[in-house]
Amino acid sequence: MSDTVIKVEGLSKLYRIGSRQNDYRTLRDTITDAFTTPLRKLRKRAKSKGLEGNSNLSALGSPLSADTIWALKDVSFEIKRGEVVGIIGRNGAGKSTLLKILSRITEPTEGYAEIHGRVGSLLEVGTGFHPELTGRENIYLNGAILGMRKAEIEQKFDEILAFAEVEKFIDTPVKHYSSGMYVRLAFAVAAHLEPEILLVDEVLAVGDVGFQKKCLGKMGDVAKEGRTVIFVSHNMAAIKGLCGSGFLLKNGQLVIRDNVDTVVHAYLSEISATTEKKRCWTYRHRGSSIAIDEVELLVNGLPSNSVQSGDRCSIQIRYHALTPESVDSNLSVAIMFFSEGQKLTNLWTNYHNGRTIKILPAGVIECSIPKWPFRSNFLRIDIFTQMGPHLQDWIEECVYFDSYDGDYYHSGIITGPGQGLLFLDHEWNSYANE
Amino acid sequence: MAEAYLFDGNIHTMNDHLKASMILIEPTQGWVSLKLHELWEYRELLYFLVWRDVKVRYKQTVLGAAWAVIQPFMAMVVFSIFFGKLAKMPSDGIPYPLFSYAALVPWTFFANGLNQASNSLVGSAHLITKVYFPRLAIPISSVISGIIDFVLAFIVLIGIMTYYGTFPTLNVIWLPFLLLLALITALGVGMWFSALNVEFRDVRYVVPFLTQFWMFATPIVYPSSLLSEPWRTLYGINPMVGVVEGFRWALLGTQTAPGPMIIVSSLAAMIILIGGAFYFRKMEKTFADLV
Repeated sequence: MSDTVIKVEGLSKLYRIGSRQNDYRTLRDTITDAFTTPLRKLRKRAKSKGLEGNSNLSALGSPLSADTIWALKDVSFEIKRGEVVGIIGRNGAGKSTLLKILSRITEPTEGYAEIHGRVGSLLEVGTGFHPELTGRENIYLNGAILGMRKAEIEQKFDEILAFAEVEKFIDTPVKHYSSGMYVRLAFAVAAHLEPEILLVDEVLAVGDVGFQKKCLGKMGDVAKEGRTVIFVSHNMAAIKGLCGSGFLLKNGQLVIRDNVDTVVHAYLSEISATTEKKRCWTYRHRGSSIAIDEVELLVNGLPSNSVQSGDRCSIQIRYHALTPESVDSNLSVAIMFFSEGQKLTNLWTNYHNGRTIKILPAGVIECSIPKWPFRSNFLRIDIFTQMGPHLQDWIEECVYFDSYDGDYYHSGIITGPGQGLLFLDHEWNSYANE
Repeated sequence: MAEAYLFDGNIHTMNDHLKASMILIEPTQGWVSLKLHELWEYRELLYFLVWRDVKVRYKQTVLGAAWAVIQPFMAMVVFSIFFGKLAKMPSDGIPYPLFSYAALVPWTFFANGLNQASNSLVGSAHLITKVYFPRLAIPISSVISGIIDFVLAFIVLIGIMTYYGTFPTLNVIWLPFLLLLALITALGVGMWFSALNVEFRDVRYVVPFLTQFWMFATPIVYPSSLLSEPWRTLYGINPMVGVVEGFRWALLGTQTAPGPMIIVSSLAAMIILIGGAFYFRKMEKTFADLV
């Protein structure tokens, strides 16, 4: 029996820009507005032009006015009982707005949603935790806020305590907790919520890795029990590991709904396709023989600005010779990877069997990496070229790109942050001690 | 055959259950239902919110719960000196300190409740933007949690009454009703202000002003017997007039039995409460986006 538990039809949400957070009005504002309105309008016009330039927000084509935004526009879908759906999309794509509407925190502007069953929403761990109250007291308070009955909390109390691993400090005010303990306790309460439909927003972005795994495992259990889960995350590995199907949101619209692998792939290529190529090239030393035109990261053969651990990727350097004499000479090329100013590695032709590249009048130099080894990180590439003793093109900050945790070992295990920088191919053996 | 029937029956039960728990989310317009049944379903949350407020109220204060008594007591001392001794204000034959303190106890409950309720939504922004529950629970719990302070101040009132050798009349059984009237008034006005406060933070500055004016518009430093009928009854439009005079009548045995005045006060309080609740519910949809 595959009945629909969530039915969403034409759901839209209009936001006034600036009214989203902490931008409250006072009567004084209303009075000063009378004097500054002409100026404001000018500024807003300039602002909306700026938006057109560097984001897709204006593509929403709000017909109303420049200071409103459709955070969600005409989204329709159905979710069946027991489905585990991952919602992905870039910041501002409407993921959180969708969850907020489904969990009844905010109202849609248009459209409707029908939900059959008890909804538990987890948009944040530890909602309503009070620092002055003890762990025990906060379990009750937080449980009640999440919609648990007192009897239900009492019944699960020991289980929650064991899950959180904070037994010793249960009667200490949580303001004395370490952030790790705090998050563990908060998640433990949330994890024992037993709704028929669970809405989860990015809550695993915190906490230590062992505990994150435990949480993912717990959420996996929830999914296996046949409960419906909607999961929002930027962690593609977690999405792939938990969800069966996925939604891709873009500018408030539902663009793809498919199995999770297809959607994650579409998302990653969307990122690379829509982000303008970031050509910082902050420092460049020009040589006399060749000039680099473009540097690009390719993942599985496609241009991208993000790569997952274990992916096959390459860096392509497009160049042209500046003088006819330089054609056919030997060029040595180095690609340096940095993270937060620290050099992670340097791939240099000279180190690699002392090979050099024979210059063509115009060509592409490609450096292939069969298995991308780095974990979640934000990386930068510098390119350095040299011909004999002469320095040629040397560009700092050629390309910036994201690296995401992937299943490097094909083990099916998802790892979170905090597990170091990189993966290594390795083997495990054991011997008798003789 | 019987099995098939049973199976069929099961499905029906399940569908009925689903129907019962179906939630429809759609844009609302204008005035909306108060959804009091939902508030009832969330009564445990209401209980926990009150319990939390009570627990943390005087954490990290040196004098702790003594503050609940200091506030009305010091006001009584000041009023007794200026209005009682210097201005020779009439006090229906009651010692002035007792006369004013008996009024200050319910008044302080009202004024603090109103203040807490008005700031309650803004103070709970982290809850409002992250989890769903009937928002009315927030101002309601903040007013109710003031009862603990009221009880403490009331114990001191009993002490003062004993000091002056005054014993309450049988009318004391009306006290819970009078307290409820003060609570309803604080909640009614608090709902208006808390909803307004989400959009206009001016409310924060308006409330202390308002309570100050309101106090002098209520017979706390003076008796309402200064007015003659029918003005005295009409004075009951301020619900706190009924509450304060009711307290004096029930506890100190003043001759000014509230009578028709308390009916006027109750009606006024109910109008404020119902109006406030509907206004609050109407504005509720904007809370998460504006707070």
